[in-house]
Amino acid sequence: MSTKKRRDIQESAIRAFFFACGILAVLVLVGIFLTLLGTAVPAFREIKIAEFFGHTRWDPTSPEKAEYGLLSMIVSTLMVTAGAMLLAVPVGIGVAAYLSDVAHWRVREVLKPVVEILAGIPSVVVGFLGIVLFGPALAKLFHTANGLNALNGSVLLAIMSLPTIISISEDALNAVPKAYNEASLALGASRWQTLVRVKLPAALSGIIAACMLGMGRAIGETMTVLMATGNARSFPHGLLDPVRTMTANIAIELGEVPYFTTHYYALFAIGLVLFVMTFAVNLAADVVLRRYQEREQ
Amino acid sequence: MKKIPMIALAIVTLLGGLLPAAPARKMIQVKGSDTMVNLVQILAEEYMGKNPGTAIAVLGGGSGTGITGLINQTCDIADHSREWKPKEIDQAWEKGVTPRFFVVAVDGLSIVVNEKNPVDQLTMAQVGALYRGEIKNWKTLGEFQEPVSLYGRQSNSGTYVFMQEFVLGNKNYSTDMKEMNGNAQIIEGILQDEGAVGYVGVGYLYDENHRIRKGLKVLKISKEPNGAGYLPTDGASVESGAYPISRPLYMATNGKPKGDVAQFLGWIVGPEGQSIVEREGFFTIGEGKYKAANDKNFK
Repeated sequence: MSTKKRRDIQESAIRAFFFACGILAVLVLVGIFLTLLGTAVPAFREIKIAEFFGHTRWDPTSPEKAEYGLLSMIVSTLMVTAGAMLLAVPVGIGVAAYLSDVAHWRVREVLKPVVEILAGIPSVVVGFLGIVLFGPALAKLFHTANGLNALNGSVLLAIMSLPTIISISEDALNAVPKAYNEASLALGASRWQTLVRVKLPAALSGIIAACMLGMGRAIGETMTVLMATGNARSFPHGLLDPVRTMTANIAIELGEVPYFTTHYYALFAIGLVLFVMTFAVNLAADVVLRRYQEREQ
Repeated sequence: MKKIPMIALAIVTLLGGLLPAAPARKMIQVKGSDTMVNLVQILAEEYMGKNPGTAIAVLGGGSGTGITGLINQTCDIADHSREWKPKEIDQAWEKGVTPRFFVVAVDGLSIVVNEKNPVDQLTMAQVGALYRGEIKNWKTLGEFQEPVSLYGRQSNSGTYVFMQEFVLGNKNYSTDMKEMNGNAQIIEGILQDEGAVGYVGVGYLYDENHRIRKGLKVLKISKEPNGAGYLPTDGASVESGAYPISRPLYMATNGKPKGDVAQFLGWIVGPEGQSIVEREGFFTIGEGKYKAANDKNFK
């Protein structure tokens, strides 16, 4: 066999291997979706769709009457996530702007790894901080009886989504062509004006994508909210009420649910709702990011 | 060429991690009740100290989790603080699992409030009304102006189910109840929250010096309005049934316990194990009906 032929075979084998890897990721995603769908659909043999999405009471193990109303948990999840974004987006963009434009390179060398380490803190540890540190502090600050509420969850999720928002926003800011910066400064704009009126708008789609990816992280987070938000099933009336998110509910109930019962299928239906929500957010982020990259070329 | 030492290092670490696991010892897997997990952990440690040949792994997760584990045969012993539901026994039989139950300790399920709360005693009916969400403010029960803040467990907990059956009269819990991961988290919540009320196993009331934790108040419970109230910390009234919310704590095995499992269980219900049960704040099984039932199940 000639060297060339052997190299060709080698080449196509490697190509096939990488193709298989790429396909595998797609297959896993499709497989998860189909499994979720297949296990979720039987739930609606006994639960009315209108009850599932419209009622607020969730009590599948009730000795009186099993109820499957998801609305409180959907609202709770959205509330905790929205709170987290309100806190994390301004701080995240601020830090990203500081890192890309203001910070001395020595400070940046220290700060960037610190932000990356923040991403590596296990969620149980963050949840624990919520119980012993943020919870009591929030209770004192707002004069509530306890700190196990939606706000506590929001603060913790904000901390957890910060690294995503910061690092992607900073990349977007750095990707703004130098010429924009120089032109703005040459026209007599101050550094602040350049940052706010030129660089931030130019990097906006990247920053939006960063925030959406951070939001996807926040919606799907389980352990932290399970530990810090009190898990009450009632409909929340504000950020200072204890809430139970969809993720926390699955984690609490899946361990002991008898298999192949309505309750079991209903938990997968919640999983499907979550999957669709995070998928939509990630897809939107991807579309925004792609549009931004196309414009750059 | 720099990479080669790194790869070698990685391989060595990997092998190092795998090798000690190779000569696997038979390990007894215990899973279930969070109320019992600390107690069983201590029992297992003391037992392993005396019997170095046996390895025991203890996990919590709630009674429901332990029972499901025994049914699915993912554990050797299930800890549970409530009785099995008929449905669960049916499921076990379907899978060829024949559970046998051993009472290893007795718990006085304790109703606790923050020390700032002036209430000292409640009736069973009042505790039920609190948890059903019918009493919203402590002033209904006395002078204390503070909204009631309910702390409880999650539905996979045996204590949750036990309370629902025996105290709430099989009615729904208030959806305002904060559902905590474990007894210890309930205690942490109550210590910070002046309007709090919670339920925990009696063993969780004590600090490391075996005194009742500072900031907690354990309530006397009476069966009837105006009746005499009793404390769950008083062994005599728990044993006699004068304290109304006492319950046996169980360990279940699949079929008649054999080998190491039988020895471990025998040791727990024997004098050594029971003295540890008492030291940890729970109550012993005594010489009465529980002992008789255990003896029958060992045979």
